[in-house]
Amino acid sequence: MNRRSRLSRWVLAAYCVYLILPLYWLLTLALRSNADIAGVFQLVPSNPTLANFAEILSNPVWYEGFVNSLSYVLLNTLISVFAALPAAYVFSRYRFLGDRQLFFWLLTNRMAPPAVFLLPFFQLYSSIGLFDTPLAVALAHCLFTVPLSVWILEGFMSGVPTEIDDMARIDGHSFWFFFTRIFLPINRGAIGVTVFFCFMFSWVELLLARTLTGSEAKPIVVVMTRTVSASGMDWGVLAAAGIFTVLPGILVVWFVRQHLVKGFALGRV
Amino acid sequence: MAQDKAQDNRAWLGVLPVMLIVAFSGVIPLMTVVNYSVQDILDFNTRFFVGFEWYRETLTDPRFIDAFLRQLGFSAAVLAIEIPLGIVIARGMPTQGLRASLLLVLLATPLLIPWNVVGTIWQIYARSDIGLLGVTLNEMGFAFNYTAEPLHAWLTLLAMDIWHWTSLVALLVFAGLTSVPAACYQAAELDGASKWQVFRHVELPRLKGVLVIAVLLRLMDSFMIYTEPFVLTGGGPGNTTTFLSQYLATMAVGQFDLGPAAAFSVIYFLFILLFSWLFYTSVMRSEEDS
Repeated sequence: MNRRSRLSRWVLAAYCVYLILPLYWLLTLALRSNADIAGVFQLVPSNPTLANFAEILSNPVWYEGFVNSLSYVLLNTLISVFAALPAAYVFSRYRFLGDRQLFFWLLTNRMAPPAVFLLPFFQLYSSIGLFDTPLAVALAHCLFTVPLSVWILEGFMSGVPTEIDDMARIDGHSFWFFFTRIFLPINRGAIGVTVFFCFMFSWVELLLARTLTGSEAKPIVVVMTRTVSASGMDWGVLAAAGIFTVLPGILVVWFVRQHLVKGFALGRV
Repeated sequence: MAQDKAQDNRAWLGVLPVMLIVAFSGVIPLMTVVNYSVQDILDFNTRFFVGFEWYRETLTDPRFIDAFLRQLGFSAAVLAIEIPLGIVIARGMPTQGLRASLLLVLLATPLLIPWNVVGTIWQIYARSDIGLLGVTLNEMGFAFNYTAEPLHAWLTLLAMDIWHWTSLVALLVFAGLTSVPAACYQAAELDGASKWQVFRHVELPRLKGVLVIAVLLRLMDSFMIYTEPFVLTGGGPGNTTTFLSQYLATMAVGQFDLGPAAAFSVIYFLFILLFSWLFYTSVMRSEEDS
């Protein structure tokens, strides 16, 4: 049976238009010079230029920022997924002392309003000598990516019947074999979704990344803010940089998309 | 979490890595802020213990209360629009083929744009002289100007947040929907259930887990929104779009009142905690009842 009613399809179509228009605007901004943007309203750029993209590709600051961002985002995603896998497994399979409280407590760490918390973060990572390294940002971002990963993974793992665990035991497989060869492949869709969410939240975060880096590990989101303030509002370059920053995430979605549909077949969530 | 699970306290071993990471990057900064909040800090070597003075001051500060009420209104509006809209969008999504893949990418795109760029896009997009949205609205006869009219500033912020974050709800719900077995739909069809009944009794119970995550994420993130309004409206016109984070930032960075700002942060944190906990426990309780 088709769950797609006519209404929901119309809403989806309308929402797509609503999504695309600002994205189209971002694209036209990236193709225009600053004076042009501030001067006149144009639905289609009258004399498009690639100068903004050239500016980004020719200045090594952008390239370094891009690599810096990628390195802490990948590090963060790795740490989050590997730490969250065993935790999500035990949450989905066992009751233990304080499990519900712990489950909720994990999420409360997302709730710290950044403005004042930035200072202790800076002090903490300076005192252990990690300031201005990708690892510092990756660890700080774990604050919100780790709890989220546990929540998402637990949701999916709870939907996998426990009979699978029992059967593996009866077949004489070790727990390690069962977990890595049977259980994780079943949950690869859930892992794909988790990777996407870790990647996304770590990639777009600005305040912690700015506080914990100096000149060495400066991420691309910070390069953006500084370039803007240097020569007034450099909208064209900012828009072009915005387009570049979306690309890695789109690659991640493209690889995860099959799992997003298929992998959930067993999931209760 | 299901009820029929084995009791085993060794499970703590599995949770240990997560506990250590989160305790390190979460609990230490939190305790540091609590420590600031009970002191008057003139500089880093001159400080006095002041007890709950800053807490009392914050809770009776009319500007705090105003910002808090604005924040409540904003978060309520965001949840009331984005959750139902996200569900409807997810139900309209095709489940396979190239079109489904392209739609997934399109939905994910706003989530991947850095927040300061999101603010900048909308700042220009909504401008009545050079922006597509602003110019179009004015051509249609609305005197739209979000830099001067508080109502317009609010609507622009809401429109931006819907654009930015509805996809998160839609993607989570879409993922949840694919877990509904086809057999359930067939059974409902045989029973002659209406579309609404299918949604209410077949889909909604299975979406509960993802909806809890979606509501909590949107609740917390909308309550802490900072970068986008900072870029788009700067809290104006006047103070009409100054939310809690913005007010806190002017206090902590602009005036360097570390003690009061820390007390403000702790109160702010506790409110988010309270709302999330109320929501979480009420959902969990209804699960036990049913």
